[in-house]
Amino acid sequence: MQKALEGRQVLDLSDAGFSVEQTVLLAATDISKSFNGVPALLDGRIQLHAGSVHALCGGNGAGKSTFLNILMGLLRADGGTMVRDGQVVSYASAAEALADGIAIITQELSPVLDMTVAENIYLGREPRRGWFTDSAKMVADARALFDRLKFKIDATAVMRDLTVAQMQLVEIAKAISRESQVLIMDEPTSAIGEKESETLFEAIRSLQAQGVGIIYVSHRLTDIFSIADSYTVFRDGRFVESGAIADIDRQRLIGLIVGRDLRDQEPRAEREATEAVIEARNFSNGGVFTDISLSVAKGEILGLYGLMGAGRSEFANALYGNGPKQSGDVLLRGTQLIIKHPSDALRAGIAMVTEDRKGNGLVLPASVRDNIVMGALKRFSSFGFMKAGEENRAVDAQIERFRVRTASRDLAVQNLSGGNQQKVVFARCIETNPQVLICDEPTRGIDEGAKREIYAFLSDFAARGNAVLMISSEIPEILANADRIIVFRSGRIAGELTAAEATQEALVHLAS
Amino acid sequence: MVELAQKSSEARNARFGRVVSRYGIVLAFLILFVILSFAHQNFLSTGNITNVLRQVSINGILAVGMTFVILTGGIDLSIGSVLAFAGIVAGALVTGADPSNPFLAVAAAIGVGALFGAVNGLLVARFKVTAFVATLGMLSMARGATLLISDGRPVPNLSADFRWLGQGFVAGIPVPVICFALVFVIAWVVLRFTIYGRWIYAVGGNVRSARTSGIPTRMVTFSAYLIMGALAGFAGAILTARTTSALPQAGLGYELDAIAAVVIGGTSLVGGVGSVVFTLVGVLIIGVIGNGLDLLGVSSYYQQIVKGAIIVAAVLIDRSRNAQS
Ligand SMILES: Nc1ncnc2c1ncn2[C@@H]1O[C@H](COP(=O)(O)OP(=O)(O)OP(=O)(O)O)[C@@H](O)[C@H]1O
Ligand SMILES: [Mg+2]
Repeated sequence: MQKALEGRQVLDLSDAGFSVEQTVLLAATDISKSFNGVPALLDGRIQLHAGSVHALCGGNGAGKSTFLNILMGLLRADGGTMVRDGQVVSYASAAEALADGIAIITQELSPVLDMTVAENIYLGREPRRGWFTDSAKMVADARALFDRLKFKIDATAVMRDLTVAQMQLVEIAKAISRESQVLIMDEPTSAIGEKESETLFEAIRSLQAQGVGIIYVSHRLTDIFSIADSYTVFRDGRFVESGAIADIDRQRLIGLIVGRDLRDQEPRAEREATEAVIEARNFSNGGVFTDISLSVAKGEILGLYGLMGAGRSEFANALYGNGPKQSGDVLLRGTQLIIKHPSDALRAGIAMVTEDRKGNGLVLPASVRDNIVMGALKRFSSFGFMKAGEENRAVDAQIERFRVRTASRDLAVQNLSGGNQQKVVFARCIETNPQVLICDEPTRGIDEGAKREIYAFLSDFAARGNAVLMISSEIPEILANADRIIVFRSGRIAGELTAAEATQEALVHLAS
Repeated sequence: MVELAQKSSEARNARFGRVVSRYGIVLAFLILFVILSFAHQNFLSTGNITNVLRQVSINGILAVGMTFVILTGGIDLSIGSVLAFAGIVAGALVTGADPSNPFLAVAAAIGVGALFGAVNGLLVARFKVTAFVATLGMLSMARGATLLISDGRPVPNLSADFRWLGQGFVAGIPVPVICFALVFVIAWVVLRFTIYGRWIYAVGGNVRSARTSGIPTRMVTFSAYLIMGALAGFAGAILTARTTSALPQAGLGYELDAIAAVVIGGTSLVGGVGSVVFTLVGVLIIGVIGNGLDLLGVSSYYQQIVKGAIIVAAVLIDRSRNAQS
């Protein structure tokens, strides 16, 4: 039973004379939170030391983001205790947490789209000259920040014109620029490429050397093993285990996260080259992508690799009728298609998992059900009227197949965890019964368990005589799944490798 | 732990708060209804209830259309003027010695309204003019056109057949109320059970995602204004039939009542969230307040203040609801 505290309670930890490495910057125990009576977090715990990169692991919907948002004062806990620098705290707002030296890069980014990059970074703390904002200094500061972090972003660009990856980098820069003691990163690399991830890791290492404590969430285990020194695992809203990264291997960590046996990914079988299902000819648009011609054969998974800004997504969107192109023809099983709108593509059996689920993937205020059937409304209706029974059955099947963690199919998608939202995007595309599936970073934010399900699905989908065009910035993912890989560089095809030839080095070499 | 117990009771309160804010508007309406039935003995009389329903039916029809437009994330300020124009057109057809068939007049009013709606829809969906600006322009243009074709004078002497639309009864129910009920039920069915309803919500929730899912987003946006215009035309015909002559200055400020009803009903002005059922509650609240204050002899000046305060309160409730989720 805790006594009433006058201001903050001072625990005896802080004056025990710990060395810098052992100073506990932040500790939380027993944190719980329910939404509408459904518990999202039951027992959240963490202990963060100065100069440590602490990986917070857990499957989709395990409660990681909920926990971190509580630490940051963005959500109010139902119960639990949080100790910062030896004092019990409870933040009512993010401003209080910021003032107390904690900064966060949230999973769902919310930039002010109509402001410039520099304005976004210094929002609420603009440098001033007299009564006015000192724009020149703001831009100069932002440039210096990007230079230091080695991010290639124009500080005067309008946020709306940036790609998701660039927005993510801006958000990272913004959090780092606050020079806080505790830095929380909720899936900072899910939207960016390997090269940018490397630069981020360099930045993280230098912060670490300065004694900053970092809580790092990622579903990319490779990232975790290369950057983190300690870990904490949550499962179904509960703390499971915590320890040093040096004492755990990949297999056991996955086991802790998923809590069940995972099916091993079967290597792709060798295939005979057969006729093309879909063929793109001479796609060009300004300097974004130039003269792209490629085809995906029956049963094939074609990987598209490239660095940020190489034009892969823009090309794929143009192919799907959802982005501009100046020229380019599409042939589906030999017949020419006119695709001017995604509905043309869908009618021909081409579906696309878009890169930015919040921007052009999901209708966030709509329910899980409405989103899953959104691309296939015709199939679930007669004479324009929805057939509720059939629709609900199909939706429930998808929810089960991809293990979407949701309180009900009527919950608004915006209330799902990031990874579960991504599963809904995937389910929506599958529900259109496509014969060609274009997926742009299909497993973004998805946990290891569900990733395997998706890979197995793609492999099986292709084997049934369909075609998959997979864009991925995760080299291991593309190596494990693609039969053939085309590498983009500055909007052009730089080369092509078969699965047998492809290696990490070869891909990076071609891409840069 | 005391602290924990406190917090969980806080959580319970928050849950209670959500329920109240979700159905708060219905609750508010019921409370209002009970208070008024005690405050004035005539309030509950069949005559008065019929009267209230007849009074709200014009605004009701407009508010149903407005729900479509607001669900797509738009707004239509031009409906008062469009209503007047359509009223004049209908009136002109049924006046004088040789009046046309009243159904023809109603169809003409609906058609003319739809035409104005189509122009709004084109401006917003095709030419990407902000809905506020496009329909503000139309508000002025349609009013000007109304004054022009009517020469600023009312059209009197409407045929009795036509006036039945505004003044008649079927089985004791006023015809305007029946019209409103029909419009409401159709809209409810369309929004709730059809593909088109899903489209409307999807476009309002996120146009780009709707497009990715193959939804013809421009067509959907366009159609919302078309429906709004057609309903404004229909309301114009009914109003004309009720007032016995077509007035060029009819419908001034009607857009505000329609928007108010939708907003009081909790439909989000951002789009994608809301329902025509709550709009109905909003319409009834506005109607009952007006009627109650009339019965109690409160001046119409005060009534406007009360109405304004209710709109602001509704938006505040809406915002606290959003903050909680
Ligand atoms: N506002 C909300 N309303 C209802 N449920 C919510 C809300 N926010 C989160 N949840 C639920 O809480 C659970 C935990 O979500 P959380 O976002 O913390 O998961 P996560 O561990 O970050 O997952 P991911 O790896 O997918 O990002 C999920 O099941 C989610 O559906
Ligand atoms: Mg999360």
